[in-house]
Amino acid sequence: MGALKQYIDLAREHRSTLDGNAPAALNEGRERALAFLDEARRLPDGSDEGYEKTSVEEMFKPDFGVNVNRVNIPVNVARSFRCDVPNITTLLAVVVNDRFVATSTLQGNLPEGVRVCSLRDVPREELEGYLGRSAGGYDAAMALNSLLLQDGVFIGVDKGVKLHKPVQIVNIFSGGVPLLAPRRVIVAAGEGAEVSILKCDHTQTPGVKFASSEIVEIFAGEDARVEWCDLEESTPDTVRWCQLRCCQQRGSRVNICGATLTNGVTRNEYLIEVEGDGCETLLSGMAIGSGRQHIDNSSFICHSADHGHSDQLFKYVLDENASGAFEGLIEVAHGARHNEAYQSNRNLLASGGARMHTRPQLLIYNDDVKCSHGATTGQLDEAALFYMRSRGIPVDEARKMLMQAFMVDVVSKINLETLRDRLRYLLELRFAGGCGDVSCQGCHENMFNDA
Amino acid sequence: MDKNKDNNNDIIDDVTGGDYKYGFVSNVATEMIPPGLSEDVVRLISQKKGEPEWLLDFRLKAFRYWMTLTPPKWGHLDMPDIDFQAISYYAAPVKKKGPESLDEVDPEVLKTFDRLGIPLQEQKLLSGMAVDAVMDSTSVKTTHREALAEKGIIFCSISEAVKDYPDLVKKYLGSVVSYKDNFYAALNSAVFSDGSFVYIPKGVRCPMELSTYFRINASGTGQFERTLIVADDDSYVSYLEGCTAPQRDENQLHAAIVEIVVEERAEVKYSTVQNWYAGDAEGRGGVYNLVTKRGLCRGDYSKLSWTQVETGSAITWKYPSCVLAGRGSTGEFYSVAVTRNHQQADTGTKMIHLAPDTRSTIVSKGISAGHSENSYRGLVKVTPAASGARNHTQCDSLLLGSNCGAHTFPYVDVMNDTAVVEHEATTSRISEDQLFYCNQRGIPTEEAVGLIVNGYAREVMGKLPMEFAVEAQRLLAITLEGSVG
Repeated sequence: MGALKQYIDLAREHRSTLDGNAPAALNEGRERALAFLDEARRLPDGSDEGYEKTSVEEMFKPDFGVNVNRVNIPVNVARSFRCDVPNITTLLAVVVNDRFVATSTLQGNLPEGVRVCSLRDVPREELEGYLGRSAGGYDAAMALNSLLLQDGVFIGVDKGVKLHKPVQIVNIFSGGVPLLAPRRVIVAAGEGAEVSILKCDHTQTPGVKFASSEIVEIFAGEDARVEWCDLEESTPDTVRWCQLRCCQQRGSRVNICGATLTNGVTRNEYLIEVEGDGCETLLSGMAIGSGRQHIDNSSFICHSADHGHSDQLFKYVLDENASGAFEGLIEVAHGARHNEAYQSNRNLLASGGARMHTRPQLLIYNDDVKCSHGATTGQLDEAALFYMRSRGIPVDEARKMLMQAFMVDVVSKINLETLRDRLRYLLELRFAGGCGDVSCQGCHENMFNDA
Repeated sequence: MDKNKDNNNDIIDDVTGGDYKYGFVSNVATEMIPPGLSEDVVRLISQKKGEPEWLLDFRLKAFRYWMTLTPPKWGHLDMPDIDFQAISYYAAPVKKKGPESLDEVDPEVLKTFDRLGIPLQEQKLLSGMAVDAVMDSTSVKTTHREALAEKGIIFCSISEAVKDYPDLVKKYLGSVVSYKDNFYAALNSAVFSDGSFVYIPKGVRCPMELSTYFRINASGTGQFERTLIVADDDSYVSYLEGCTAPQRDENQLHAAIVEIVVEERAEVKYSTVQNWYAGDAEGRGGVYNLVTKRGLCRGDYSKLSWTQVETGSAITWKYPSCVLAGRGSTGEFYSVAVTRNHQQADTGTKMIHLAPDTRSTIVSKGISAGHSENSYRGLVKVTPAASGARNHTQCDSLLLGSNCGAHTFPYVDVMNDTAVVEHEATTSRISEDQLFYCNQRGIPTEEAVGLIVNGYAREVMGKLPMEFAVEAQRLLAITLEGSVG
């Protein structure tokens, strides 16, 4: 037993402290997680199907601690606020490591029927109805997260309520010692509800190793609309294993977008089960890698009802020695009729050291479908580069412009216009090399004094 | 609408219910060794074939390695465990020595190949094809040898090659598919009985198609043949392979190895029309076709092209591959795989780009009907040394009926920033519009489907040599007969 042992031991040793800190509903999951991990003996590594290019075992090997004693780590929230969306106010929740911190925007600002709160503020029975009940089976990611989970974010939008302000969750890593943060987000959108959520990951202390084990569970009720945008801007010392599970009821529309701008090692998993008829699922992702960044996205969309439509688009730009992996699986179950499912993965390798591994897959058990997937890996168009240079644009700048243009169609998948603009701006910064160093100090301090 | 649908289903049943016309058994006296596999059996096979010491060593090494392995499970296949001790590893039609002329070949054997339409008879010289016929485990007859010998081309069974050209065989055997490659390759290396050997000397363009016909006849056996093709500098050869087996309730194992070495500027075209017995409508019986096929484009600017039409076998699990090691070498893979009833196929290719400016093309067309499962699995790998590599992959699946499955698992690994790799896949059923268009012009649904399927597979069929193209097209029509909707 390698990396896993330290977490199992830690959970066993500090079981009563963990249980004391966390709401009862979370404690119930620990026994099952222990049993599962005891049997698994290790976290998934390269020898496991689907994890060929990303060894989770390796990611979690360093001696990460867990904030069992709920030490209060002070944090300057504003420092992370380059991802803030100007011109609109958001409902902001901050998660420092694995601790939920409410901000003033949540106090008195929430419309009726909307809750943005810590998991500990959700009634036990209700919480039990959600935990682990979204798509997908019980796996190592779920087990590791459930084992050490103490807090999390709950976003509840009641039946028929349309929330016009986006909710923003800011995950911040801060502290002087290597730390593992188990994070959980539950999004429950009732029948006909609408909600947009922006989540961003930041690391504030450069040079310190951090690991996140995150599970996001989205429940899209009948005719609900959920938009989820996930932005990662962390440091090369941060590892992230994030699993998003979403189950869709009849007529629901879900739009999920994940962007990795700077990171260390990232493994994102998307498990989406389309359970009701007439659903729409948009899933997109982008990754910009340089240095030794590694980004692995894995998606699984299962159509088990009729008249579903899903569209996936993942784009990677990999420079220097960055490596990327993409694995996407579409399943159309036996008896699920009139489904259309599309998937596309486009990759740019910008240097000799960059690596890309892609594996789009289709599992089709029905003839009444339209499915396709496409994958390309290549480099910038020579002709386009030449065109730009012949018009006096220096080669470096031309390359950056083309890369940025390459990413634009992922950005355009986002519904919220202001968010699109912001992401475009961040992309520009990223390609200009200005991302990742936290330089946005002072811009929103008045807003977050109380954080 | 519903009535129309039922009607369609009937037609589908009809089309996929076509009979297997090669299911007869020939009464040929067969020498078989008892079932089971041990070191003694390996020695016995080697001894029966009068093999030199080095070959026995090769077999034993492979056998010992095989003993350490367990059968792979990763295919998208529902395959029962195979009892490797229940198979007889050597079965040969009894004969005196080697047949000197056709008169000495057992007339029953000749009749068998006649029924299969294989031009064994010399009078069919005009058909312009040299044939090596392999029944159960041994090569029965190779035609046109003299004409080929004039050009210096060697085309004979591999056992003869071991005797007559030991240096060549020793040099190339196992050089592309090592006995350590996989479970079934190790098994084949230990017990392979016969197969074809082709050597095309420098600068020779083989004047006719070379062809091997494989047939499993005896029951309780497997077929473990081994094909080795070497094309020396600037040569060209087109090689065809066909196979059938009798209709039996048992599952028979076919675990072959095909190795191809392509030297500088040489070109090899390898075509397969695979029609092993596929089992009955309930999925009883049929051949397990677990084959390792790989070609090494060793020389610069060499070219290897695989074309396959897969309609038979209860289970097909194979990936004819190209290792592109020579600068500017080209690999091609064209495949049509049809599954119906309870057939399962997990097939595709691997293109390994090791050298600069290498190119590969993959076109795979899957057609599934009935309760069958048809998967495409392929790997395109571009190593750091392969700058300027190009690949285009297209794999389409057509579904006939709502109980079948079509799956795609492509793996794309790119480690070079100057490579361009593209993959496209689609899955759908026959479009209503196309059917309607045909119906409207008086073409009955079944014929229309045949037409559409043929058009769909045309891109691959067009790559087959003439003689085979006709056969393959007929095969496709028979296979789909009554299953189209």
